[in-house]
Formats: sequence, C-alpha cells, structure tokens
Amino acid sequence: MLEIIGLSKVYPTGTVALKEVSFTVADPQVVAIIGPSGAGKSTLIRCINRLVEPSAGKVMLDGIEVRSLNRRELRKMRRRMGMIFQEYNLVERLTVMENLLSGRLGYVGFWKTYRRKFPPQDVAAAFKLLDRVGLSGYQDTRADALSGGERQRVGISRALMQQPDLLLVDEPTASLDPKTSRQIMRLVVELAHERGTPALVNIHDVGLAQSFADRIIGLSAGQIVFDGTSQQVTAEVLTEIYGEEDWSTTIRKIEEDNDQDTQKGDSRHKDRITRETAAG
Amino acid sequence: MKVSTETRGGAELHWHRIRLIENPLLRNGLMMLAVAYIFWSVSSLEIEWARVANGLPRAVRMITRMLPPDFGRWQLLIRGVLESVQMALAASFLGMILAIPLGLCGAGNLVPKPVYLIARTFIILSRTFHEIIVAIFFVKIFGFGPLAGVLTLTVGSTSFISKMLAEDIENMSPGQLEAVRATGANFSKLLIYCVSPQALPRYLGVSIYRLDANIRHSTVVGIVGAGGIGQVLAASFSRYDYDFSLAILLTIIALVFLGEFFSNWVRGRLR
Amino acid sequence: MSVKQNIDKYPDVWRRFSPRETLMRYGWYLGVVFVVVWSISNLDIPWFYILDAHVQAKDLAIRMWPPDWDFVNQLVKPLIETIHIATLGTFVTILIAFPVAFLAARNTTFNAITWFVGRFILVGSRSVNTVVWGLLFVAIFGPGPVAGVWAIAFRSIGFMGKLVAEAIEEIDEGTVEAIEATGASRLQVLWMGILPQVLPVIYGTTVYRWDINIRESTVLGFVGAGGIGILLYSSINQFMWREVAVILITVFGVVIASEFISATVRQRIT
Repeated sequence: MLEIIGLSKVYPTGTVALKEVSFTVADPQVVAIIGPSGAGKSTLIRCINRLVEPSAGKVMLDGIEVRSLNRRELRKMRRRMGMIFQEYNLVERLTVMENLLSGRLGYVGFWKTYRRKFPPQDVAAAFKLLDRVGLSGYQDTRADALSGGERQRVGISRALMQQPDLLLVDEPTASLDPKTSRQIMRLVVELAHERGTPALVNIHDVGLAQSFADRIIGLSAGQIVFDGTSQQVTAEVLTEIYGEEDWSTTIRKIEEDNDQDTQKGDSRHKDRITRETAAG
Repeated sequence: MKVSTETRGGAELHWHRIRLIENPLLRNGLMMLAVAYIFWSVSSLEIEWARVANGLPRAVRMITRMLPPDFGRWQLLIRGVLESVQMALAASFLGMILAIPLGLCGAGNLVPKPVYLIARTFIILSRTFHEIIVAIFFVKIFGFGPLAGVLTLTVGSTSFISKMLAEDIENMSPGQLEAVRATGANFSKLLIYCVSPQALPRYLGVSIYRLDANIRHSTVVGIVGAGGIGQVLAASFSRYDYDFSLAILLTIIALVFLGEFFSNWVRGRLR
Repeated sequence: MSVKQNIDKYPDVWRRFSPRETLMRYGWYLGVVFVVVWSISNLDIPWFYILDAHVQAKDLAIRMWPPDWDFVNQLVKPLIETIHIATLGTFVTILIAFPVAFLAARNTTFNAITWFVGRFILVGSRSVNTVVWGLLFVAIFGPGPVAGVWAIAFRSIGFMGKLVAEAIEEIDEGTVEAIEATGASRLQVLWMGILPQVLPVIYGTTVYRWDINIRESTVLGFVGAGGIGILLYSSINQFMWREVAVILITVFGVVIASEFISATVRQRIT
C-alpha cells in the first residue's frame, strides 16, 4: 500500500512544484496522473523514490517511511520500486539482456555484476519477460539499435525484473507515435494487473489515461484537483485541471491529439531537465 | 554551421558574404587593431636585424651541412628511439590508470561539488606548465634519465585523459544514470554498469591518441636531460653535428607518422 | 511473487561474450601488461632516486619559499615578449597554413604529388616539437625572439593545417558546384566557395592554437629563442629558487588568462 501524506517540494530556485499532496493507493490499481506542463507530475513520481528529495511530507510504502531512510536503506527501498521513463533511459551501449538484468543490480554483488554473472533464475526470468513483451530473440541486440517502441518494452521489462511492489511510470508514451503509444500503455496496464502491482503513471494524454487507467488523479499547480474514475472525468473536470478550453473533442476523439501533444511532452521534458539540473 | 546552411539556399540567386562579425565598424576596427598590434610588437621586440639578415645564407649553409643525413650511428639512434617509445608507453599506461579516479572525480554529475572542484583544479594545474618546466623539476628531484621523462609525460597524460573522461561522463544523458540509480544500484555498480560501458570506447580512443602524442612529446623532454631521443638530438645540435641531427629528425618524423597511423588504426577499430 | 514460477521452459544461462571473445579480451590485457612491463624494465630507472625523491622535493620547496616578489619588475618585459612571440607566430602560421591545407585536402589539391607534399609538410611540422624548431631557428637567426616566432609558426602550421584541411574535405560540395557553374575560375571558387565555409574553423583553431602557443613560448627561452624562458633558465641554473617561484607563478597566471580568453572567444564565434 502506498500512502502519500502532505508531500511538498520547493526547488532551490523557489519554484513550488508540489503543495501538500496526499493520496493513497491501496489496491493493485493503475493510477494515471494527469495535468498540464509544470503541474508537478514528474516531481511527484520522483519524490516517491527520492530521485528528487521532497521538502516536506511523508511517503509510505507498506508502512515504511521513505524519507526517513538512510542511503543504504533507500537503495533497498528503490529495489522495490520499478521505474519506467519517457526517454526509456536504457544504457545505450549495453545489450538488451544486460539492460534487463540491470533491474537486478540491487541484488547482485560487485564482481558478479562486473563479470555479468547473474543468478540463473534471473536470466530465466529475463528471457520470460522478453518473450512476454514480444522481444524474444533480441537479447544480444544493443539498446542503441532498437526503435522507440522496442526500447520502451526493454524499459518496462527492466522495471519488472526488479519484482517491484510499485511501478513508477513517467510519461511512457510521450516520445512514441499514437499506435505504439497505445500498445505500450496496454502492455504496462496488462503487466501491472497480471502481477498485481500498483502503478502510478504520469501521462499527458487524457485519452490514453481514460482508456487504460483504473483511477485518475488530476494535478494542477502542484495540487490534487481531481481524484476519481475515468468515467468521472468530464469537461468541467478538465477545465479545472488544465484551464478553459473546448474539451468536447478531447473526450470523444481520444487518438487524434497525439501529434501536437508529443511536442508538448518534449518541451515539458526539457523543462523538467532544467529544473532538475537547477535542483542539483 | 551558419555559413553552409545560409549559402546553400540562395547561392546562385542572391549571394552575399556571410561575415563572422556583421557590424562593419567593429570588423574593420578589429582589423586595424590587428595591424597596429603587429607593428607595435615587431618594433618592441629587440631584434638584431643584422643577424636576422644573415639568416638566409646561414640557413642555406646549415642545410648543406645537414645533407646528406648521416645514419652512420644508427645504433645510438635506435637506442634513443626505443627509449622514447618505451617512455611513451609507460607514461601512457600510468596516465590511463591515474586518469580513471581523477576523471570520475572531475565529472560534476557523479560526485559532490567539493570533490569535483578539487579534481578540476588538479587537472587544470597539471595542464598549465609546459612539459619542459615539469621535466626540469623532475630532473632536479629524480636525477637525469628516463625516469624524469616518464613522470613528466605521465603528468601530461593523466590530466589530458582525465579531462576528456570527465567531459565525456558529464555529456552522458542524465536519464541513464537516473534509471540505473532507480534500480537500487550503489555507486560502484553505477560505475561498472552504466558509466563504464558508455565512456569506455572514447576513453580507450583518447588513451591511444595520447600514446601517439606522448611519442611526440618524448622527443622534447630529452632536451633538459630527461632521456629519450631528444637527449641524443640536443647533444648532436650542441656538437654542430647537423647531418646526424637531420637523421634524428627524419627518424622522429617517421616514428610520429607510424605512431599516428597505429593510433588511427586502433581508434578506427574501436568504433 | 516467486521468481521461479513457470519459467522452466526458458534458458537460465546467458553469456555476454562467447568464450572466444573472452579469451581475446584477456589476450589483449596480457599483451598490454607485457608491453608496459617490458617498457619499464628496459628503461634505465635508478630506483634509489625514488627513495630519495621526497627529501629532494621538500628541499626544493623550502628553497623556493618565500617567492622573491621584487623580481616581478624584471619580468614585465620578457613577459610581453613571450606574448608577442606567441601572437606573431600565430599570425605567420595563418599565412602559411592555409595554402598548405589546400594542398593537403583531397578535394582541393592538384594531383597526388601535391597532396603528398602537403601531407608531408603537415606531418613534418607536427612531428618536430616547438622547442626543437627553436633549436634550429636559433642556429639560423641567432638567439632572440625572431627564432621564437618562426619556431612557433613552424610547429603550428601542422596543427592548423591539419584541422583546416579536414574542414575543407568536409565542406558542402553543393555551394562549390554552384559557384563553379557560374564559370568562376579556380581562384574565385576558392575565394567565394571554400574560404567562407572554412573561415569559422580557421578562426576557431587560430584562437585555440594561440593559447597553446602562449604556453609553448614560455619555454622557448631554454634554447635561446626569447621570452620569459630565458630568465627561468638562468634563474634555475643559478639556483635562484625564490626567483624561479615568482616566474612560475607569473607563467601560471598568464597561461590561465590566455586559456580563459581563448575559451571565451571560441564560445562567441562558434
């Protein structure tokens, strides 16, 4: 169970990214977090595994307070949280198999890591996952030779190799074309349900969020302004999250706004990078 | 590049020269300044024009004395060259090893700020002084001979390779580091599983390049008594043994050419 | 959840490298170690000096302290001379390096012989260290800054010529064709089609080389080719270590300053 209580983040630049965010994910459900650029979606996800240090509040996973952990304990906690990124973030010069096995880094010793000697059950699990995400036979391909969709499949598999108790998914589809986006999103949701793992998914695409998520949280200017099911997302709700706009097309035709949104996603990513570099 | 993109479009129809400095006043002003500087500097240098005027006949005389190159003392030559190559190899290897910790500490995205600043200061400091100055000090401390030469070249190699390594690591996409950290990997595993595969090919390439550079530099530290072919060259010059000097110079050129060829070949294979 | 669930049909062994590749890798390691050990053991290294080194270093440090600040007054003129040597040498380099680069670039050279000549000049220039060039030019022009300027120029030709030649080989052929199509002469093509495209490279490498040349010209005095090196050499020979300290500090300042200037200018023009 994930509990977030009064979570806040102020960057050293003075930007307030999160203001007293609280919510609970009790069941293994897929929670989509939607909201405009700079609403704090990426910060929220990164505060959970402390890639970004929160300024105040509590993050509890199965009763353990993440913020109170020292560095060693934090690494143990991170092993329990699988993370999937917008830019896939694979180690480009390593093979697909090595990238998958990097999900087990928290469990394997230094020399075994150096010699790429992972336990047999890890290797078998990796082969099984490759098969599951449709990449069997790709184990010796280098990551930089893959297409975007393939890379994201590897990224998903890497996160699942950790046998996580929670999946943190940051804009998994923002760099992909509409069709691949749907496939990837479906894969994430299916795998989360298959394994009974709760997942927090940042997503800018309201249509995708509505079609795949069990629950939707709307974030605006660092605060939760909506928390409910996909069916409860109405034009009024979207106006509250994003501001005034004609939402009728967004709600009905969910696939067509992908192209322009990809660009938005990109600029947001850059924005995030600058903020994070500023943060140290 | 601005120039090529702008000319490509309208090369035939509408040609205008693209200037580095668009403001004509500033551009011409800088030109004038440059000319004025040349006049000032030439006049302020204390030049013995009589001696300089003699330069051409002197050069001719020197060249005639150089020709033909005298390879008679080839044993001395080979020994000097071998020593230079060995110095270069040893120094490159030591530099490669020392550059790893220094380069990692000089990468701002891996280490805390104080460590970064110390490492960077170290790198800058060791790059500032010319090899010859460094060599003189090592000769004073370790005595004449190749040891001082090896250490001098090691200092240069370490700072060069570590600077390149640090910049390479800093240019890595932050996402890769973030992702591997997010799996719960500690710092040492981050290094061997993420930093090392990404930085290794360039690191090896830079090291090989440095080997080639060290062969070139090893010819000069000998001038202050730090061993290698340079020592033989300096001795031949001071004895006015110009035909032997030319033989040495040609050997050095051939050696550098070979070194460069080797380094290009290896770096080509690394890609 | 257990990892072992239902994974029996998947292989549980995976190797990053085949045994042959692993063997090759260890072969390389062994080869490198062998070469390095051979090099070091063959060099005539007096190991007892190493034991003594810290004493010598400490002794040297004590004798350098405190720096003899009054000596600064005598440094100004040689320092200016050092900068002049570097700058004039760089000027001369531009004049010579550009034509040589044309010979050495495959797409602008006349024939195989001119190409070879161009390449030979570049390699020869780079193989001989500035200080060695200094030795040669001192023998020709006598001791003094003139020899220094030529030494700097002759070493820099190879450096700049190589980079400019590479830039010429990478230029956009379309522009050149467009100008050739207007019926321009070879010289006009060069002036209008090629020069503008490589100009930024020329400026960039010039500034870069200038900053290297400042560093090089600080030691030209060791062979009598002018600059602050003359003072450094004589102070060292007379064991005036407190003067040496001042010179080193000054040289450090100048080199850092020139590196800063060069970096700033390069950032502005590229």
